[in-house]
Amino acid sequence: MTWMTYAHALSLGLQEALEADERVVLMGAGFGGFRADPKAYAPIRERFGDRITNPPIAELGYCGIAIGAALTGLRPIVAIGTGSFSYEAFAQIANEAPQAYYGTRGQVTCPIVFHMRTGIRGAGALQHSQSPQSLYWNTPGLEIVVPGSPADARGLMKTAVLQSDNPTIFIDHEHLQTITGEVDESQDAIPFGVAEVKRQGSDVTIVATSVMVYRALEAAERLAGDGISAEVVDPRTLVPLDKGTILASVAKTGRVVVADETQRSCGVTAEIAAIIAEEGFESLKAPIKRVAIPDVPIPYHASEEAYITPSVEGIIAAANQICR
Amino acid sequence: MSTELSATRLRDTLGRMMLMRRAEEEVIDLAFSWDDQIRGHFHVYIGQEASGLASCMALGPNDYVFTTHRNHGHVLARGGEPGPVLAEIIGRTTGYNKGRGGTFHVIAKHLGILQTSAIVGGCIPLAAGAAFSIKTRGTDQVSLVFFGDGVLEEGAFHEGINMASLWKLPIIFLCENNSVPPEGRRQGQYPTSSLAATQIADIPRAMNIETHIVDGSDVRAMWALLEELVARTRAGEGPFFVESRLTKWPGNRGQFPELIGGRYQIAWAWDPESADPALQAWIRESDPISLLARSLVDEGQLSKDEVEALDAAALKEAAEAKAFALDSPIPAPEEAMDHIFA
Repeated sequence: MTWMTYAHALSLGLQEALEADERVVLMGAGFGGFRADPKAYAPIRERFGDRITNPPIAELGYCGIAIGAALTGLRPIVAIGTGSFSYEAFAQIANEAPQAYYGTRGQVTCPIVFHMRTGIRGAGALQHSQSPQSLYWNTPGLEIVVPGSPADARGLMKTAVLQSDNPTIFIDHEHLQTITGEVDESQDAIPFGVAEVKRQGSDVTIVATSVMVYRALEAAERLAGDGISAEVVDPRTLVPLDKGTILASVAKTGRVVVADETQRSCGVTAEIAAIIAEEGFESLKAPIKRVAIPDVPIPYHASEEAYITPSVEGIIAAANQICR
Repeated sequence: MSTELSATRLRDTLGRMMLMRRAEEEVIDLAFSWDDQIRGHFHVYIGQEASGLASCMALGPNDYVFTTHRNHGHVLARGGEPGPVLAEIIGRTTGYNKGRGGTFHVIAKHLGILQTSAIVGGCIPLAAGAAFSIKTRGTDQVSLVFFGDGVLEEGAFHEGINMASLWKLPIIFLCENNSVPPEGRRQGQYPTSSLAATQIADIPRAMNIETHIVDGSDVRAMWALLEELVARTRAGEGPFFVESRLTKWPGNRGQFPELIGGRYQIAWAWDPESADPALQAWIRESDPISLLARSLVDEGQLSKDEVEALDAAALKEAAEAKAFALDSPIPAPEEAMDHIFA
């Protein structure tokens, strides 16, 4: 086991994928992200420079080119940069990539990873703070990965690049980059569709994704001080979704808070809450609570930004409401 | 490498063009006479047969072809069989995608047609991506993409040709501009299109892409040009841009085509005045099949009887293909849930 940052773990996963399969190519070199540790990603450029293409500022064009390459024998990873930029490429990501396999009844595959830095990063303001995973969840044919720990970032990246033959959205929250955790470098790729219980508890289940996993773990720690035992479940991938682990946890605790950093309406929390209501209703002792971004764009100033950001305090308040 | 087609190949070319037309006539028949088999709108390739066929004749078996909503003719030009093509168009399980794609998406993997985008401009980055893949993998394949002049209005086009040029990708952008009046099909004339550019070719030229303008209704000119460009693309000299100038078939009215005066008759080629008045000028000056048939007879390469025999064979093959399609099973409803993920 090695203690490392999320950025180092993700970089490690990418290097392992590049090393394992020569069909893997990188379109864009933006994995360093906005504030990420450049040292973490430098080895990719040093070791695999000849497999990196730096495209013009043309998201629609280079995402489409990467899709065309995926249809014809390569396994591209596209570094789109900030998730908001994927809107520029939406026509290709949503209306070309997911149709390849379905449209040919399985004759043609499109093994591609669209990597994007997402979330309310701090002063990203109106156009650099987006979390587009709900939009992509409404696009059948795309797999969606939302890692919340260094080990998951490495393991899920390896699966996305080397094992999945589907177009995959890799959601990478800006605030995860510097968090640290243990990574077992001998561990294989982490399969899609397998949630992880990050903390055991008995009074309330907190289903949390991506950066909210950390906020949920902190909330659980503080709730424990108030005598509430919270279980934290991280789905790790939204598509495919491990409904079984979520429903089993809700069956155990009878109460659930769904916490995710996307907007509330038709967002990630809405879908997970709907599944629990439909398939786990008998287990519930209290209404399902959701902690999400309200239905607003993202404001600039820290005071307003903090007001709309799903928080530790928001999770604690929601848990207290249903655990009284 | 000869720059002229042999008499045998010219005869086969005319026969294939006739099959492409007769198959499209069956598509129109299926849409309007057979209990609404297509249901939605559709696009036929009538009048553009020389352009697509000559281009595909110049390609090799391992090359990639990308096309659009107007794909039926391209798939047949690439060697697709009319039965599975028509079956796909009406959604039957014997179609190339077992009816999943329909008229907009006649994908044919075994012919190197891996995605058929019905979004204007969608095929441009995909085709450039195939060329990027060819270059990365180090093979000598060629990527060729067919599209209409409307694609130049889309951002995807400009982004795609820029990267193709920057990275010297092995791709031929084949713009079938069917908005050109007969007198404008040769170099030096103006296209009509919703573009602020004076010439379509000005745009790829601004990106330093070698550009050619060709009369797309002249199968021999089209083939000679593509034969040269495919070889040069294979040798790493790409990308290239071709504006294939075509004059729209008068039956191509909006989204629902109409067989003015009924099915095409080869007798019109010999006597354009015998066609419906709305068709006469087009048959005389612009229809690639009438032009080729007339010139082959005038040159003494084929007799009128031989041309008529070719057409009879095409009619028969297309009719059999339609019967095959109509006899084929429809997908079971629950199959809609298959093949969402690999």
